[in-house]
Amino acid sequence: MAQTITQKILSKAANRTFVDAGESVWLNVDILLTHDVCGPPTFDIFKEEFGATAKVWDPKKIVVLPDHYIFTANEHAHRNIDLLRQFAKEQGLEHYYDVGSDRYKGVCHVALAEEGFNLPGTVLFGTDSHTCTSGAFGMFGTGIGNTDAAFILGTGKLWEKVPESMKFTFEGTMPEYLTAKDLILQILGDITTDGATYRAMEFDGEAIFSLPMEERMTLTNMAIEGGGMNGIIAADEVTERYVKARSNKPYELFRSDPDAKYHSKYSYDVRKLEPVVAQPHSPDNRATVRSVQGTKITKSYIGSCTGGKLTDFMMAAKILKGQKVSVTTNIVPATVKVALDLEHERYDGQTLKQIFEDAGCSIALPSCAACLGGPADTVGRSVDNDVVVSTTNRNFPGRMGSKHAGVYLASPLTAAASAITGKLTDPRDFL
Amino acid sequence: MEKVIQGKAYVLGKNIDTDQIIPAEHLVYSLSNPEEVKLYGKYALSGVPPEQGGLPEGNIPFIEEGSFGSEFTIIIAGPNFGCGSSREHAPFALKVAGIKAIIAESYARIFYRNSVDGGFLIPYETSEHLNQLINTGDELKIDVTLNTIENLTRKVTYTLNPLGDVFSIVEAGGIFAYARQENLMAQS
Repeated sequence: MAQTITQKILSKAANRTFVDAGESVWLNVDILLTHDVCGPPTFDIFKEEFGATAKVWDPKKIVVLPDHYIFTANEHAHRNIDLLRQFAKEQGLEHYYDVGSDRYKGVCHVALAEEGFNLPGTVLFGTDSHTCTSGAFGMFGTGIGNTDAAFILGTGKLWEKVPESMKFTFEGTMPEYLTAKDLILQILGDITTDGATYRAMEFDGEAIFSLPMEERMTLTNMAIEGGGMNGIIAADEVTERYVKARSNKPYELFRSDPDAKYHSKYSYDVRKLEPVVAQPHSPDNRATVRSVQGTKITKSYIGSCTGGKLTDFMMAAKILKGQKVSVTTNIVPATVKVALDLEHERYDGQTLKQIFEDAGCSIALPSCAACLGGPADTVGRSVDNDVVVSTTNRNFPGRMGSKHAGVYLASPLTAAASAITGKLTDPRDFL
Repeated sequence: MEKVIQGKAYVLGKNIDTDQIIPAEHLVYSLSNPEEVKLYGKYALSGVPPEQGGLPEGNIPFIEEGSFGSEFTIIIAGPNFGCGSSREHAPFALKVAGIKAIIAESYARIFYRNSVDGGFLIPYETSEHLNQLINTGDELKIDVTLNTIENLTRKVTYTLNPLGDVFSIVEAGGIFAYARQENLMAQS
């Protein structure tokens, strides 16, 4: 029987040769990811259900990356980091990346990739909805809650309903002004925020496979904004090169069968697409930048798991070089690695850090920061009636802090161009 | 599991995401310390813009100022309830506030799983636009065995979609209770 790539990976994890969309199966989990917001309650449930002295199923398969509330004076947030530290010590978790140590990484989805945890053909569950990011590596990744995560901690298994797949094919060569963020916002406008609920979103086509890994991650990251269970891109030589440079673990490549069944298929020609934004207050509220050009903004925010990677900052630097921003512009590298890269990577002879500082941007320490608002003292948190253009992934009411603020989701090119003019601006004006 | 759930309705619109259910700044509180747990009740649904809370009129607070629980027992909402983040704090906060069931046109996957697997509340689906037929404050009665909801204020009864596969997990009270019952945890 023909299967999609998602079915094939889940078949393997269920010790089967075929699984059908709609059936519930028990999966063996390769990696469980958690962080400072959901780790402590997950550990509490684990102890309550398996016993105070119980041991996790496999300490090598648990990755704990604190990233949400790191640079804050909030005492509850500090307490949660202490709880992670304590559990990691009790259980001997070697993949714990402690805050305040030189092991600290930053935003978990980007750090997972950097540290070589993303391996084609594997199954990842994480206590974060953007765990689907890892699907860019030809693997299955999805978000779960604390109870499900506690169940995995004790058993290494979880039930899941095999999703139907939706296929999104992008043909053509990517124009300079178009980014993965524009592609996913285009899709969300077409399918809406529940158009892929309980389904796999599979990305295919010449334009997709021309993208570097980080841009592919921007696409799969936002599968959840369409309600998707997972986003997935089959691994190719670009993926293998990235993975081999970071891991010596075995992996398996899967591809969808040509006659696999899909719920639906969408096809786009990237040469006909334009830079777009998602207007307040929903990621599917799409508009071309040209159609809302001139809308006044009070902040520009470039950061997060979907918009704070090195490729995102390379794009922003291309626009900001030799320019001055006219509104508060926060540069928030996803990880410590990205922050270091800003000091070394150059565009047109200058380091990215120099370009951003010369333009008047402020560079923050790596964490999730204001992508999800966070405690009151979080860098870049929206206040009052702020109008923010942001490379993050969600703009529901209050997402970046203030309930009264409006957030326009956009590509790093659009966020940078808009930062210069103080108004929503099509990046083609600066390219 | 209670066979009958009765209480007042709180009516909401569509795409109620987890930041509206429990804003991210509150996720720092413990889910096991009883004093901190109360705060989840206090801030449940505090991210909903006031005019969109308590439809059709709006501007009806879910939690009265200074209170840690709600006078409402059942949430009625449109499609895609619980979209957004994976925070289990969302169904947890609603449970702490006193919500026992939600009736929505559809749910985001993680919120649905969390509600069922955590045993916090029952996420019912309906094919009718109940959030346009029921007003905030109406007295409702859900019959869990018959899969019906009766609006006692307006004397109308609607049929709910069957819970299907997940009924046994709901009935057991969550994934751990279910796994024990089915001897699934002994295997591992």
